[in-house]
Amino acid sequence: MARVTVETVDHVARLAHLSLTDEERRTFARQLDEILAYAESIQSLDTAAVPPMSHALTSEVLREDAPAPGLDQRTVLEAAPDPAEGLFRVPRVLGG
Amino acid sequence: MSLAGLTAAEVARRVTSREVSAEEVARACLDRIAERDRVLDAFLTLMPERALESARRIDRDLAAGGPAPPLAGVPVAVKDVLDVEGVPTTCGSRILEGYRPPFTSTAIVKLEQAGAVVVGKTNMDEFAMGSSTENSAFKPTRNPWDRQRVPGGSSGGSAAAVAAGMTPVALGTDTGGSIRQPAALCGVVGLKPTYGRVSRYGLVAFASSLDQIGPFTRTVEDAALVSSVLCGWDPRDATSANVPVPDFTRDAESSVAGVRVGVPWAFLEKGVDPGVMSRFREAMEALAGAGAIVVDVALPHAHHAIATYYIVATAEASSNLARYDGVRYGLRAPGTSDLRGMYGQTRDHGFGAEVKRRIILGTFVLSSGYYDAYYLRAQKVRTLIRRDYESAFDVCDVVATPTTPTPAFRLGEKTADPLEMYLADIFTVPANLAGVPGLSLPCGMADGLPAALQLVGRPFDEATLFRVGAAFQRATTHHQLTPPAGGA
Repeated sequence: MARVTVETVDHVARLAHLSLTDEERRTFARQLDEILAYAESIQSLDTAAVPPMSHALTSEVLREDAPAPGLDQRTVLEAAPDPAEGLFRVPRVLGG
Repeated sequence: MSLAGLTAAEVARRVTSREVSAEEVARACLDRIAERDRVLDAFLTLMPERALESARRIDRDLAAGGPAPPLAGVPVAVKDVLDVEGVPTTCGSRILEGYRPPFTSTAIVKLEQAGAVVVGKTNMDEFAMGSSTENSAFKPTRNPWDRQRVPGGSSGGSAAAVAAGMTPVALGTDTGGSIRQPAALCGVVGLKPTYGRVSRYGLVAFASSLDQIGPFTRTVEDAALVSSVLCGWDPRDATSANVPVPDFTRDAESSVAGVRVGVPWAFLEKGVDPGVMSRFREAMEALAGAGAIVVDVALPHAHHAIATYYIVATAEASSNLARYDGVRYGLRAPGTSDLRGMYGQTRDHGFGAEVKRRIILGTFVLSSGYYDAYYLRAQKVRTLIRRDYESAFDVCDVVATPTTPTPAFRLGEKTADPLEMYLADIFTVPANLAGVPGLSLPCGMADGLPAALQLVGRPFDEATLFRVGAAFQRATTHHQLTPPAGGA
């Protein structure tokens, strides 16, 4: 089975855009290792011929692609921490 | 009895007949909240002005001879994961600091159109992740039966509000038991409807293939009344099902004679508290006495449900919670000079430990090299669990188990060991994985704390759950027990 180390947690935290403290890294590594050891029970089942279930709903959910009014730009931007000139402002991405 | 202690059906009857005004009922509930919530901490936000304004509008409409809505004047508390326009939605998290949604969730719109009066938003585990409400970023909620114990979770505030008579109805959400488990621990009724039954427009997502909105009430009759309003198709939610909604209150009046109640005895052999098991056996005898036929059924894969759930639910959560990045709403960590740093710092400051743990686990099971062994395999086991129910429903109409293996545990008892906390959901999680409806109702006391019976039904057959549950409440008096007024 997979063993969760602090390095695994670091890798996954990068993927998930989480900056963790040293204590969080160590605690999560230990706890996730325990949780995955528990989850190991499902590895013993023969699932070769079993289809995966992604969703409980089997009915048709597609609709007509009809345009309809949504929220206006001003209303949406009011919720943002740093809106500017009709845009979401974020720290610099390019250059320095 | 104070107006605050009435059932929803009784409030609607009295308000409609104008014996009392909706405003008087709303004031009585707000007074009860002021009195009780100082020690219980069930609410995060109160909306007294909005509530009294809605109540007065209902009174005016009735005075003018308008039609009587089914929930006329019924006070409702709402888990703080459902949006009400202009009122903060926190999800029990710091990361949504300052967020006021520009829309109202369909569930709340429907309740208000039916005459309900929303009085406040209730406490919860952060992003509905937890089984005790201790993961709220703001405060823990106390169990009205014993303030040293948890109310369950994640919808612990809603369960405590109804148990303490602060409102007759509350809304919660249930991803792995977050309505049924707190209902059980607080001694009230809780329904997780069939997946797709209730629109999730305006509900903040946790695990989208599992989440469902449902009511807390003190009687099955009230749960039927509220569900008749709440359920139904909504074009704004692509996962809401276009299936007709019957008047469930009629089902709650039907006899249980001939209904087959299946018990997976083998699944209950280990780990159930003896007091809870005694109450469960007595409940089966009471149902048999009312004319139901109790049969043995098998759920051979149910003991894999927790492992399956914590892979599927965390995978979906890690994806859903990617949206909290400090750009479009809520918190942004100050003083960061680059974008990646801003994302990381915002998420580290904004999320609590359990949410981070689940994001890490969910990201891991979806990551390259582990997807097949964990996520894909869990999805296949999910099919096996669903098939277990399909086979069971060949020989019975509802599946009965205790809702939880134990009564309410102490605050702090399980916080150090996440896996132990997860195992508290062993009897509720299978229904979410299968997408089937589940009803929890009180079935007596174990060591001075509520124990509960869970009934699980076929997809879209909430009607039979109400039929069996209401028959049980006609045959017993467990639901009439109320916690001590001052709190134990």
